[in-house]
Amino acid sequence: MESLTLSDVEQKYYSDLFVYCDTDNTKKVASNGRVLDLFRAAQLPSEVVLQITELCGATRLGHFGRSQFYIALKLIAIAQSGLPLRVESLNSVKDLPLPRFVVGKNEAEARHAALYQDTDSQGLYPASATAVIPRPPGRTHQNKKSTSALPVHEAIQPLAPSIEPQPEPTSPVVSPHQSPPTSPHSWRKHKRQHSGGNVERQPVVAAPSAVWTHFRETQTGPASADGMWSSHSPPPSGPESWVSFTADTPPSSTVPAMHPSSVQESTTIRTVASAATTNEIQRQTSAYDDPWKITDEQRQYYVNQFKTIQPDLTGFIPGSAAKEFFTKSKLPILELSHIWELSDFDKDGALTLDEFCAAFHLVVARKNGYDLPEKLPESLMPKLIDLDDSAEVPEPPADAVYSASPVEVTPSKSPSMPSLNQAWPEMNQSNEQWETFSERSSSSQTLTQFDSNIAPADPDTAIVHPVPIRMTPSKIHMQEMELKRTGSEHNHPTSPLLTKPPELSEDAKLPASMKFVAANTAGDGYSSSDSFTSDQEPITRQRSQSGTSPEPLKVVAPPPPPPRPHPSHSRSSSLDMNRTFAASSATGQTQQSAIAYPPAVPPRPLPTQTSVPLTGHRVDAEAVPGGGAVLTATSPQQIPQQPNFADFSQFQAFAASEQPSSLPEVDKHSEGGQVDKAPEGAGPLRTVKSDGQADERVSTTVNSVKGSSGPIAPPPKPVRRRLKSEDELRPEDEQHGLQKSNVIAAVLATQPSIPRSLGKDKKAIQASIRRNKETNTVLARLNSELQQQLKDLLEERISLEVQLEQLRPFSHL
Amino acid sequence: MAVCIAVIAKENYPLYIRSVPTQNELKFHYTVHTSLDVVEEKISAVGKSLGDQRELYLGLLYPTEDYKVYGYVTNSKVKFVIVVDSSNTSLRDNEIRSMFRKLHNSFTDVMCNPFHNPGDPIQSKAFDGIVSGMMTQTG
Repeated sequence: MESLTLSDVEQKYYSDLFVYCDTDNTKKVASNGRVLDLFRAAQLPSEVVLQITELCGATRLGHFGRSQFYIALKLIAIAQSGLPLRVESLNSVKDLPLPRFVVGKNEAEARHAALYQDTDSQGLYPASATAVIPRPPGRTHQNKKSTSALPVHEAIQPLAPSIEPQPEPTSPVVSPHQSPPTSPHSWRKHKRQHSGGNVERQPVVAAPSAVWTHFRETQTGPASADGMWSSHSPPPSGPESWVSFTADTPPSSTVPAMHPSSVQESTTIRTVASAATTNEIQRQTSAYDDPWKITDEQRQYYVNQFKTIQPDLTGFIPGSAAKEFFTKSKLPILELSHIWELSDFDKDGALTLDEFCAAFHLVVARKNGYDLPEKLPESLMPKLIDLDDSAEVPEPPADAVYSASPVEVTPSKSPSMPSLNQAWPEMNQSNEQWETFSERSSSSQTLTQFDSNIAPADPDTAIVHPVPIRMTPSKIHMQEMELKRTGSEHNHPTSPLLTKPPELSEDAKLPASMKFVAANTAGDGYSSSDSFTSDQEPITRQRSQSGTSPEPLKVVAPPPPPPRPHPSHSRSSSLDMNRTFAASSATGQTQQSAIAYPPAVPPRPLPTQTSVPLTGHRVDAEAVPGGGAVLTATSPQQIPQQPNFADFSQFQAFAASEQPSSLPEVDKHSEGGQVDKAPEGAGPLRTVKSDGQADERVSTTVNSVKGSSGPIAPPPKPVRRRLKSEDELRPEDEQHGLQKSNVIAAVLATQPSIPRSLGKDKKAIQASIRRNKETNTVLARLNSELQQQLKDLLEERISLEVQLEQLRPFSHL
Repeated sequence: MAVCIAVIAKENYPLYIRSVPTQNELKFHYTVHTSLDVVEEKISAVGKSLGDQRELYLGLLYPTEDYKVYGYVTNSKVKFVIVVDSSNTSLRDNEIRSMFRKLHNSFTDVMCNPFHNPGDPIQSKAFDGIVSGMMTQTG
């Protein structure tokens, strides 16, 4: 069939009609009998009816499917409005009034009557209701207000009243929502509850609410009609009586059939004030009252009850408390169990405010005789958490983000009509509920808490994407050197490094020994290090600083969120040289340790270097600033000086001390990419400290040993030697050497403090631990090699000294 | 397609048993009852050795010419038994597992209901719905 576009009003109206005709309750086929009756009620000539049936395709199919039915209805409307029957006109005609059906019998039926009865019998309910049931006083008949005064209770009738004012007044029963018999208990309940205040429901043509409102008004009226509820025996046969009502209540007849059993319905509706109906008719059928909708009064009552159990409106009511509470309603446990199943939306064993209201509402309904639906009606669904309010949905259970989309509520028991009605009005009605819910959910503290957690304390260290820092020791060294430089003395122009010069300087200063005074000369290295000062460095620097600052300085801002600094360090390759430079920064050390140095680079031609440096060292013994040679020379010297050669801590200290001096070397190393070795060598030492740094330090110390009392001479690695050679260019090496020892000492001292920042990032720590271990093994190996070399060097040295001695006498001679 | 689904309590009395009504229900009751022995045997065999790390899904308990019986036991010794028709295209193990998982989940939901007393027969409509779904569709 051609696609049919229906407006909302039409949609609802047709749906109701379909339900009405769906006597078999198959939801698919409208029984021909009913349909034909309906068509006849449209008061169209039979030929037209035949034509319509042909057009809609029913004759083809042999039955009225939903689409066929809708098309037929539309055609009826077209015909009724006098337009020629054309298929094309289905979609082209705009603002087509709803098809009107003169319902003589059961149309308005009980709906209205029921409503009335409802109101009448309201008294019954209260009686039956336990304290639990709040019969909203407003609901009582007393509200018989004039239609005009009827406030729209549930925004059921979203439909513009304009939709079909005319047909309504004219057609007694606009909506064949007949199925009064089929109307679910919900209707009944609806009535009950709304009977009072709800009556105000706009007289939507189809909306039961309309009926109710009518009722209200009519209450004053005869209402008597048929035995209102009290009779509770709405003779379904009493269509006549109903008919009369319809006459009175022109439109309102649309009240969706009330329960067949809803005896009540039958009578009441009748008298629905026609006047009221007229007004209400404005509403349109589409706005079906949602029988499950919670009115404001009810809601308020529920909320109050909730408060008695759980003062915090955003909290939960535990299952046991809820059980006691609802047991008071004296409903059978089985039903309470079912209610619980329906209302505990997130299945967490506790009720949120929304869930509680839904459960309460169901209890009230049940007590009033409504059958429980199989599924939770949409209007009772807990509102979704307003995701906009918070980044995450802390609200664990509740409001499970349940989209407000009209869920197909198809309670097997209740007729489809109400569900249909619910679907539409749901969207409108629920809005308020949803809004309320969202408010509630959004206000949950958890949301805010969560947010606060997320926000990093230190923007700098905030989720800084851990920039992978090249592990090349050179860079790291450079960084360190930079830091030290800046820290110690001048603010090195290298901007990147100087990102936090003050901090660095502070950090650097901490370890007393970290005096890079001599490092000044190493400015060259720093300048070269500028190149290193890539974005990463400053970033890492920042990170480390943030991490370090709290530790060593305790002057800087509060410790940044633990994880922050770690990322930079936890990375195996990232060497937070900053820390090491800070020397005192134990954290740095830890960080550094976390930094796993790449596997030790195979020692470069150490022998050459070592020998050279040694000689150079000798020669330059006086000329300390012998650069690399000196350094190397010094290293051997240092070596013997270092009794605790294998003392890793010393290495670290050494490294620390070396840092300053090694900075220049580092530069070279980094350039040469030899830093790797250095780090490796120092690895074992510095599991805590930045390996690279240690290496550098060591190397630098070695290099700069020249005469300097490099604390730990042993070239951690051949690389160191190389570094030393590079250091040859650095005159200040010697000085560094001295400082290195100091640094090393300081480093050692600071070591203990390392672990602190790691606490946070366990994973990072573990990873870094792993890396460190690996580095350790590598470095241990290197260490042994280096020691071997050291011994060789010592031998050489001794031999050289001997030679010197031998030479001297000659010279003197 | 499962022809019979049963939930047995810890004390080995049925909390819920439902069969496709076409067959002789009593026969399934008997089958489930006999399967309990197999379940017990599996529990005791594995339980002690592995401690409490016992697999919940017990797998095929025993096949007969007409059907197969699968078992699943929770940590609280509540047993689920599914009887499937052998004539069906043999359901994959995964499907059976997913069936048990669904059963377990809905059973948990039932238990969460404060109005349900553990040990009472399960009268939850939601649970019934799940079970019906499993019995009508394939597995």
